[in-house]
Amino acid sequence: MSEEPVDVLIIGAGASGAAMAWSLADTRMHIVCLEQGGLMNPLAYPSTGRNWETRSLEDFAISPNQRKMPADYPINDSESPIKVANFNGVGGGTILYAGHYPRFHPSDFKVKSLDGVAEDWPLDYASLAPYYAENDRMTGVAGLAGDPAYPRNNAHKLPPLPLGKSGETLAKGFNKLDWHWWPSDTAIITEDYDGRAKCINLGACGVGCAQGAKGSADVTYWPHALRAGVELRTRCRVREITVDDEGMATGAIYYDANGDEVELKAHVVVVACNGVGTPRLLLNSKSKQFPDGLANSSGLVGKNLMFHPYAWIQGVFDDELDGYAGPNKAIRSQQFYETDAARDFVRGYTLEITRGMGPVRTAQTGMRHGRIPWGADHHRDFRRMYNRVTGMVAVCEDLPEEHNQVTIDPDLKDGDGIPAPKINYTLSDNSRKMLDHGVARATEILEAAGANDILSEAPIGWGGWHLMGTARMGLDPKKSVVNEWGRSHDVKNLFIVDGSIFVTSAGVNPTSTIQALALYVADQMKIRLANLFD
Amino acid sequence: MTKTEEFDATPLSVDETRTLSILADMIIPASDEYGAPSAGDAAIVEAILTDSERKRPRLIAALSTLEGLSREAHDVGFGDLSDEQRDGIVASFRDEHGRAADMIAALTVQCYYRDDRVMISLGMEPRPPHPDGYVVDQGDWSLLDQVRRRDEFFRKPD
Repeated sequence: MSEEPVDVLIIGAGASGAAMAWSLADTRMHIVCLEQGGLMNPLAYPSTGRNWETRSLEDFAISPNQRKMPADYPINDSESPIKVANFNGVGGGTILYAGHYPRFHPSDFKVKSLDGVAEDWPLDYASLAPYYAENDRMTGVAGLAGDPAYPRNNAHKLPPLPLGKSGETLAKGFNKLDWHWWPSDTAIITEDYDGRAKCINLGACGVGCAQGAKGSADVTYWPHALRAGVELRTRCRVREITVDDEGMATGAIYYDANGDEVELKAHVVVVACNGVGTPRLLLNSKSKQFPDGLANSSGLVGKNLMFHPYAWIQGVFDDELDGYAGPNKAIRSQQFYETDAARDFVRGYTLEITRGMGPVRTAQTGMRHGRIPWGADHHRDFRRMYNRVTGMVAVCEDLPEEHNQVTIDPDLKDGDGIPAPKINYTLSDNSRKMLDHGVARATEILEAAGANDILSEAPIGWGGWHLMGTARMGLDPKKSVVNEWGRSHDVKNLFIVDGSIFVTSAGVNPTSTIQALALYVADQMKIRLANLFD
Repeated sequence: MTKTEEFDATPLSVDETRTLSILADMIIPASDEYGAPSAGDAAIVEAILTDSERKRPRLIAALSTLEGLSREAHDVGFGDLSDEQRDGIVASFRDEHGRAADMIAALTVQCYYRDDRVMISLGMEPRPPHPDGYVVDQGDWSLLDQVRRRDEFFRKPD
């Protein structure tokens, strides 16, 4: 079955697809977005039930291999010490993210010039700044102006998230050491905003926000995009992007909710499937013109996969803290963000405060770390930890390496028979040293704050939340997959807008930059609409 | 998009359920001091059975392993051992089959810590987070004054 060609086909309704759809909607073009998952129902989110912590390990688990829902595709990540986290549905990974929403720093776009590693981006902080601001306005961001770790900006911010007892405790630790900290920029609204109700401290941000206060793309961009006429088709999984004899994209073939194969023709195709889903789709889109996969003349599709290796460091305190109540993020530190020649690694990391844990996670963590035993002493030792744990994670910049990559698994397939991705990834020496540094510094902070016991893990094996670099942007077609405004070097009506196009990863959560980039690419398309394919 | 991952949720036998109940009680016994029930309590075991649907084959295999260790060492099932014998078998189970033991412990705590009696014993309101939410203190924002006095310290590429 086929239908009349649409003007723009967007594949993926997550963070970047949503921003792109909304931005392009004002062109009045016929825009269709295909999403393999469904529309989310916040009233069915785990925090509406008593078993919310259990569901965070099952149907709302961050690993698709654990979640195994119909919308999910399996990922062979057995050859990676960091496992992929994602979510498939309208809103994509933002359904499960914590809402941490920092921008990149100016130095993040110039790592080769400044530090002699990786590549510079083909654009800079100043180019993206207006799009960061627009994205903040669309999303609703809590925070506080004046952070000395960042350039000043005039973006409107909602009041910061409450420090709480945990934030206050750790802030005292930072102050004792005279180290930087600042209220986090967080995509969680602390006042009613854009028709959404403010945060009520459910504390279950990581399993979907039933309040709608967290800025997942389904509640920020999509309502506006749909009202502006964008057509969103859910439970439609794309198998391949089709091309004509001239090497132009002609649309896509997908399986609809009934499993029926559908061909949708389009004049422009935008891929927004994340740093694993996008290379998977491109590598699965082989043709006579593109035998090595679509847009892959550089051979770099799937290469240079970057996660952010995370270290997890938590302290046990004598006094009661916040437990799981409240958004997971309150403050962050960028004391160790910029390269320091005195250290044994380049680049740096953010320390993000993680507020506390629910009772189930407290028990499971305590048992895993040998702090809570089986038997009669379980109760005493559980109570020593419950509501008394807080700490942080170190979000480490990951540098691109070609051997870290996404390929197509020769055997594994999803429920529609589409070949699934395989991850090969090793932790670099630089990342290992950065993780060690992060654990050591966080330990100092926790000790300064009065912790009586400290637990740590590095890297967090299940924490491959951020998927970047596998179709990177650049000026040189031999060294990049898309150009400086997101268009494929090889296929002139094919665009990529997700984390795949990152040149480097920075040491902050990527969603704000992913969406700012999508808005930037959309604007570049609109500016060039008359000669978009030249 | 039509195929759904299927889970084999074969029910546990009476003996398997008894073994699970005894083991759950060994993981978290009742406490008079804290006014907390045992994880082997019938309602909590029932919750474990419901929660284990996705990993039922692994749960059954783990219980079978435990039962096998018991029969191999003492020629009787786990449910018929003395307390001392059980302690020894469970120690072997945890040493030799750590992942299976951890899986059962994880299932046990995830059901135990949402039981009304347990939540009340911890001073929690027995309810889900939504729709009422929680109150979180603002905290002492004057702590930020020290940081506000710092100069900008990000690198400027140009």
